[in-house]
Amino acid sequence: MSLLDVEDLRVTFPTEDGLVRAVDGISYSVDTGKTLGIVGESGSGKSVSSLTTLGLTRSQGARVEGRMVFEGDDLIEMNDDRLRKIRGNDIAMIFQDPLSSLHPFFKVGKQLSEAVLVHRKVSRSAARARAVELLDLVGIPDPERRVDAFPHEFSGGMRQRAMIAMALANEPKLLIADEPTTALDVTVQAQILALLEDLQKRLGMAIIMITHDLGVVAEIADEIAVMYAGRIVEHASTELIFGQPQHPYTWGLLKSIPRLDTPQDEELEPITGRPPSLINRPSGCHFHPRCPYVREAHKRVDPRLDSVAGERDHQVACLLPSELRMRIWRGLQEGRLPAELRALVAERNGQAAAVGEQREPLLSESEPGADGAAGIELTPPSAEPTPGPGQ
Amino acid sequence: MLRYIVRRLLWGIVLLIAVIAITFVIFYLLPNVDPAILRAGRNSSPKIIAQISHDLGTDKPVYTQFWDYLKNLVLHFNLGYSYQSQASVKSLILDRLPATISLTVGAVVLWLAAGIPVGIVSAIKRRSLLDRSAMGAALVFVSAPVYWLGLLMLFMFASDIGRFPISFLHGSGSYTGLTNSPINWFESLLMPWFVLAATSAAIYARLLRGSLIDVMGEDYIRTARAKGLRERTVVMKHGLRSAITPLVTVLGLDIAILLGGAVLTEAVFNIPGIGRLNFDAITHGDFPIIQGTITLAAIFIIIANILVDIAYAYLDPRVRYS
Repeated sequence: MSLLDVEDLRVTFPTEDGLVRAVDGISYSVDTGKTLGIVGESGSGKSVSSLTTLGLTRSQGARVEGRMVFEGDDLIEMNDDRLRKIRGNDIAMIFQDPLSSLHPFFKVGKQLSEAVLVHRKVSRSAARARAVELLDLVGIPDPERRVDAFPHEFSGGMRQRAMIAMALANEPKLLIADEPTTALDVTVQAQILALLEDLQKRLGMAIIMITHDLGVVAEIADEIAVMYAGRIVEHASTELIFGQPQHPYTWGLLKSIPRLDTPQDEELEPITGRPPSLINRPSGCHFHPRCPYVREAHKRVDPRLDSVAGERDHQVACLLPSELRMRIWRGLQEGRLPAELRALVAERNGQAAAVGEQREPLLSESEPGADGAAGIELTPPSAEPTPGPGQ
Repeated sequence: MLRYIVRRLLWGIVLLIAVIAITFVIFYLLPNVDPAILRAGRNSSPKIIAQISHDLGTDKPVYTQFWDYLKNLVLHFNLGYSYQSQASVKSLILDRLPATISLTVGAVVLWLAAGIPVGIVSAIKRRSLLDRSAMGAALVFVSAPVYWLGLLMLFMFASDIGRFPISFLHGSGSYTGLTNSPINWFESLLMPWFVLAATSAAIYARLLRGSLIDVMGEDYIRTARAKGLRERTVVMKHGLRSAITPLVTVLGLDIAILLGGAVLTEAVFNIPGIGRLNFDAITHGDFPIIQGTITLAAIFIIIANILVDIAYAYLDPRVRYS
């Protein structure tokens, strides 16, 4: 059994404009000592899912369904008081902007010792001593003096170190890091990531690293889940995500990472369009309006996350045939542009369209046995559990 | 910090002189009966009036009067003498100050005691029935003028003229000094305290509500919750600590303004305080008293401003003066 097992988590927020489906049926698990990277754009639901782990979306009026089993107990079922005892104790969290995440009016040491005192029956002086120890642990120089400083007297990197120290106060089994390096300089980012890796080795905790930047999780994560519009669209080991990515969105993310080993005049390939509204999501595959390889049927059929043929630990939610996906990815790696590769899809599509006009292509495309994209669901409106726009 | 305070004090003195000068100018520009004529009574000859003018010093040019006034103020801390009663303005003010301080302190305590809890509850239970009714009541109190609310209270509950008299709510003019009879002092001030506090309690409740709602959305509140703190601690320690800071600014100035005389309340309840003194002086054109009370009010406000700034540096460690 994993340390944290998330099954079919759904988080919705009722608003005046409609129901926001922030997280729409995601499953993942994290083991002790391992790191899971959750990657996606803003609004993909990655932060909401992690805040829900600590029950921090409860006060925002979220409706939560599914299971989040932590050491045998379901965090979703748990009452506020029991969950509170897990927060900052067994599961700790660090956030994106360390300056706004630290209370501006309290000394760093006081905020650290408070984290200790919530869960441990120790004296104030012992808590303070622990605060100094923690600052030392995260590599803040001169911790005896720094413990009495205010957050604004720290540099950005030191503030994030202090946040990490606070999260580690009670030696949590799981650390959730929500964009921990986004607000920091590149050099400081690397330091913070190295620190997290080092601390994980020493303390043996599990880490969930949430980020929009695949580059951040490349080094640190064992597994990566790519989220889009509240769902996981691809989930695999870090090697597979970088080596044989299967989802067009993952390709887009990989192609938009600036690299040092490519020619300087080569332009980055952005993913066109905007993240979809979580109230009125696109029909069919939610990624279809932005996908360069979209076919007519993809606008109607909702792909399910399923194993790639031959690789049980590599899951993807894409309607394109597996063999075609591999060809496109190879093409992208050779430096060809999505617009050129689109021909591969259009060609097949044209053929398919020519074969028959009685909706046959829709089925022939799925060909479960042939191409391994076995998870395609036909979605008549009545059977669709998550209604698309206009429903 | 010390340099900052000294600089602020020096600017305060400049400001004070400007206030005195402006009061002088306003008084001499506005149509006013010659104080000498007022003092001389009905059967007086021009000679007597001229004599009185000379005694009062009102026959001299305005700038000379201004200069003399400043000289007396700075060298002897002398605020002049009433045209009306010849009494020293300083002693008049000192006589009246205890009543005004009594009124102010009680009202401040009352409005903080009412405004802060209501503000907190309204912010936490936002959009609840409690919040809506509290904010509705606050709107009524903010809109109710002191003289209306004061008269209403007197006509309803005062032990002398009230429709439903309550024995311990004494009517207008019942003020007794604290040292004379603490019980009577307390009872006589209950209604004025309430009336004076009502508006401010409402303003503070709304102010704190808004500020606390903002603060509760801050990232560091999320951090406090993620630590596993009780919601109570999150609100009362982490939330309130930030949300209360803007209130301190307003409180400092409000106290200063009230110490300068709560004119309407003191007039309605006939409390012999600075405000009442000022009110009477204005009706009689008694310039030295007007000038004295205005100077006093200006001093209070200048000092309060400096104190608020100093308090801010302690409340918010990010603020540093140089």
